[in-house]
Amino acid sequence: MHRLLLNKVVLILSTISALIGIGFLFWILITLSCKGIASIHLETFTKDLVEGGIRNLIVGQFMMALIATAVAVPLGVLAGIYLREYGEGSKFASVTRTLSDVMTSAPSIVIGVFVFALLVDPVGSFNGYAGIVALAIMMLPIIIGTTDNMLALVPKELREAGIALGGSKHKIILQIVLKAAKVGVTTGILLSFARIIGETAPLLFTSANNQFFTMDLGDQFPSLTVSIYNLATYPDAESRELAWAASFILTMIVLLINLAGRYFTRNKH
Amino acid sequence: MGGRLFRDFSFFSATLAFFLLIGIFAVLFTYAQESMHTFGFDFLYTEIWEPGEDDEGGIFGGYIPIVGTLMSTLIAMVIATPLAMGIAIFLTEIAHEKIVKPFSVAIELLAAIPSIIYGMWGLFYFAPIVQSLFGGNGVGLLTAGIVLAIMVIPFMAAITRDSMNTTPDVLKESAYAIGATKFEVIKDVIMPYSKGGIIGSIILSLGRALGETMAVAFLVGSVMSVAGRVTDPTTSIPVLLANNFAEAQDLELSSMYFLALILFVVSFIVIASAKIYFLGRKK
Repeated sequence: MHRLLLNKVVLILSTISALIGIGFLFWILITLSCKGIASIHLETFTKDLVEGGIRNLIVGQFMMALIATAVAVPLGVLAGIYLREYGEGSKFASVTRTLSDVMTSAPSIVIGVFVFALLVDPVGSFNGYAGIVALAIMMLPIIIGTTDNMLALVPKELREAGIALGGSKHKIILQIVLKAAKVGVTTGILLSFARIIGETAPLLFTSANNQFFTMDLGDQFPSLTVSIYNLATYPDAESRELAWAASFILTMIVLLINLAGRYFTRNKH
Repeated sequence: MGGRLFRDFSFFSATLAFFLLIGIFAVLFTYAQESMHTFGFDFLYTEIWEPGEDDEGGIFGGYIPIVGTLMSTLIAMVIATPLAMGIAIFLTEIAHEKIVKPFSVAIELLAAIPSIIYGMWGLFYFAPIVQSLFGGNGVGLLTAGIVLAIMVIPFMAAITRDSMNTTPDVLKESAYAIGATKFEVIKDVIMPYSKGGIIGSIILSLGRALGETMAVAFLVGSVMSVAGRVTDPTTSIPVLLANNFAEAQDLELSSMYFLALILFVVSFIVIASAKIYFLGRKK
């Protein structure tokens, strides 16, 4: 009897932990939606931070994340290709693979410190370029990892078929292997984009923040995340409302991109 | 010709990735020199963080943020580990096939929520609850530790679930066939089989918790003193950097770089050991 009782207790405890996990997700999403939707007006999207809106923040956040993606994707995919297709078995490839893998979990605030030393300190002022570089550094190892893993799933026979047809190595990689891994790599890019668009720590002292609308990357650059951090600590109710509105929009963006990424892979299998 | 160029470009990209981590270490190490020479190893157990007069000199020690980082991480791990194991067991052994998928997606979405949202939500909704249950003023080590736990649970549960799923059905079925209960199968078949992955997931989550910035910045109180009780406010390395790095100068700035270096090296050791020894490398 004792065994059966113990069994029941453990199974019930496990189920309870799962419910607690789900409970927190809904608790966070529901409070966020209630507070967020109540704080959103039409002007929230048409005005900039100086006038109590978040237009410049959304534009700034997307601009930095998109340019960072444009930098990190080609570099990351190429590096992943090198590790899997050219360097396979070499010492350099295996060490690089491990270092890059460790970088995916490196503290994001340290990347902010690193970029500050390289691109803010010498110039003497915060700037959008520094924010972009910090985000690209966060993204690079994630893309290398997914590309590497996705290429590993492509069957060897496909490559051999390419060789048998007399294709050169880079043509086989680009036209056969990469094509076969397309869905996985795209999903990886989408998920890493969702990750960097919600980042705050790497931006705090690289792009910092800007109350005004700007496209000048040499200037301090606006972002939703850094603004939320600033606004939430102000004592007045209006700033807090704006912080909730910005938090709601940011979370929706991140979760929708995530779900889109999952939808892609689901179609594949 | 094109093949050569393509190969060179991809080699260049891989080299960039190789030097990224080394470059970060080198830059932090260089900028931390002034502080390292002034304080040496005393930096680790000096409780004072005081700029000198006219910004000259001053005494800076990392003890308070270092202890704050370790304590908040410890609290988070104590809470997160049993819950994450429970979720993994639920997803692999208990839940009906039809609810495994939506449940997994929900847990993974919890992992995708940006950390600043956890901080904001924690400050306005969770801190008051901690305050009414445990006293204190709401923000402090305990609040930061609990919210940190909520953040790493999905991450830990996902890796544990994946490694539990690798247990061959034949092993489980033979245990059931001799009359084992579900719990006995989990304890004596699945756990031993996926031990490496489970330990790896715990250590990797620990590495993440050490470097977490924004949620802790909202919730730990950001006060330069050691927490006497768990409900007291204190600070951590990432939080000190987030709040004071941009305004620091000279020796104080160098001490901040020193702290960043310590965090980076410790995280590297923790994460690398989890990945290399326990999680193995994907082929």
